[in-house]
Amino acid sequence: MQSVWTLLSWGPEGWLDEIAYGVFITVSLALATLPLGLLIGFLIAVAKQSQERSLRLAANIYTTIFRGLPELLTLFLVFYGAQIGIQQVVKFFSPGASVEVNSFVSGMIALGVVFSSYASEVFLSAFRAIPQGQYEGGYAIGLSKFQTMRLVVVPQLIRIALPGLANLWLILLKDTSLVSAIGLTDILRQAGVAARVSKQAFLFFGLATLIYLGLAIISSIGIGLIERRVSRQEVQR
Amino acid sequence: MIMTSRSTKEVLRPPPPARGWPRQRIIGYALVSLWIVVFIGLIAYLMSAWKPDMFWRYAPSYVSGVWVTLKLVGLSVVIGAVLSVPIAYARTSRNPFIAALAYAYVYFFRGTPLLAQAFLIYYGFGSFRAQFEAVGLWFFFRDAFNCALFAFSLNTAAYQAEILRGAIASVPKGQWEGANSLGLPRLITLRKIILPQALIVALRPYGNELILMIKGSAIVAIITVYDLMGVTRLVYSRTFDFQSYLWAAIIYLLIVETLRHAVEWIEKRITRHLKR
Repeated sequence: MQSVWTLLSWGPEGWLDEIAYGVFITVSLALATLPLGLLIGFLIAVAKQSQERSLRLAANIYTTIFRGLPELLTLFLVFYGAQIGIQQVVKFFSPGASVEVNSFVSGMIALGVVFSSYASEVFLSAFRAIPQGQYEGGYAIGLSKFQTMRLVVVPQLIRIALPGLANLWLILLKDTSLVSAIGLTDILRQAGVAARVSKQAFLFFGLATLIYLGLAIISSIGIGLIERRVSRQEVQR
Repeated sequence: MIMTSRSTKEVLRPPPPARGWPRQRIIGYALVSLWIVVFIGLIAYLMSAWKPDMFWRYAPSYVSGVWVTLKLVGLSVVIGAVLSVPIAYARTSRNPFIAALAYAYVYFFRGTPLLAQAFLIYYGFGSFRAQFEAVGLWFFFRDAFNCALFAFSLNTAAYQAEILRGAIASVPKGQWEGANSLGLPRLITLRKIILPQALIVALRPYGNELILMIKGSAIVAIITVYDLMGVTRLVYSRTFDFQSYLWAAIIYLLIVETLRHAVEWIEKRITRHLKR
C-alpha cells in the first residue's frame, strides 16, 4: 500500500499530474461552452421577445425541449446521434469508412444547448426590465436597429443579466462533470481511473469534489470582481 | 358623430401586425418549418424502426425504469424536505458556529456536482467497508440505489433549506410582530401566519427543484442503478438501436412537462385570493 502523499504527488508514481490535466479539460470545456451558450441564448431571447408569433413559437419549442431533457440524455443524444448521423453521410460517399465523433465537441454542443436555453430566460427577463423608451430614444437620434441594440440596450442588458448568468456559469461548471460518461478525461474521470488503480476511492473522489468546490469558490470571487466593476460603470454614467 | 367615434377607436387600437413578409417573419416561418421537419423526421424514423418484438421485450423494463426514477426522486425529495427544516433553522441561528456549519453544508452540496457526490458515496464509502460492517450499516451502502438515495437526499436538503429560508425571509417582519401583539405563540404564528404566506413564494422554486431532481436523477445510471436512463443505456448496449434514447427523451419530456403544468395550475389555484 502506497502512502497517501505518494499517491498525491506529481509524476509517474502519483496521480496529481493526471488530475491537473483533468482540471485543465474541465475548465477549458466550460470556457469553450460559455461563449457558444451565451450567443445562442441571446439570439433565442431576441426571438422570444419579437412581435412575430412564428419566431416566438420556434424559440419556445427549443427551450421547452432542452430544459425538459436531462443534461446527461442530451449529451448522449448529441454524442451517439451525431455519430450515427455523420456515419450515414460518410457511408453515402465512401462506404466502409468509419468516423469518431470528438467527445469534447459533443460535450461543448450539448452543454452549450442546455446553457443557452436557460440563458435565454435570463436574457428575456433582462430585456423586459429595459424600458421601451431606450429603444425609442435610440431610433430618435438616428441609430439603426442593430446600433440601438449594440450601443444602448446590450450594455444595460449585461448589467441586469449578470447575477443570473453568474448562477448559470456555476451550474455549467458542475454539469461539465457529466462528460466523464462519454469518455472525456475531465476531473471526475481521472479521479475514477486513479481510484480504480490505487483502490483509494474515497481519497480521489473526495479530492475531485474538493477541486470542484475550489473552482466554484474561485468563480464566485471572480464574479464578485466583475459585478463590482460593472456597478462602478453604472455610477460613473 | 359616428365617424368621429370610429376614428378615436382606431387611434386607440394597438398598431396592427406587420403585413407582407418582413425579414422576421421569413426567419420565423423557416425555423418553425425546420422544427416541423425535425418532428416529422423523428416520427418517420420511429415508425420505420418500430419492431414489435423489441417493444414487448423492453417495454416492461422501461416501465420499471420510470418507477425507479419516480421512487428515487419522490423519496429523496421527501427526506430532503424533512432534513431541510433543521438546516434552514441553523442557517438563521444566532450562534455563529452553528450558522457557519449550516452554511458550509449548503455551500458544499450546492457547489459540487451531484455526480461527484454520488461517486464519493457509492465508490468512496467502499474504502470504509470494515468500519461500516462494524456498525452494521454496510448492507445499506452496498446497494447502489440506497447510495443514490442517500446522496440525493443530502443534496436536495441543501437546496430546499435555501428555498425555505428565502421564503420565510420574504414574509414581512410586521406579520411576526402583528401575531406577537395578538399574543399568539411563536409556533402557531409560524404555522398559521408565516408558512401559508411563505409557501406561496416557495411553490415555484420547489417545483423547479423537483424538476431538477427528475433531470438530475439520470446520472444514477452511471452508478449502475436501473432507472429510466439506466434501462435506456442497457437497451442501447444490447440492441445498438438509437431509438432507445429517443423513447427515453420522450418519456422524460412528458414527466417534466406534466410536473411543470401541475405546478403552474397549483400556483394559479392558491393565489386566487391575490388576484382581482
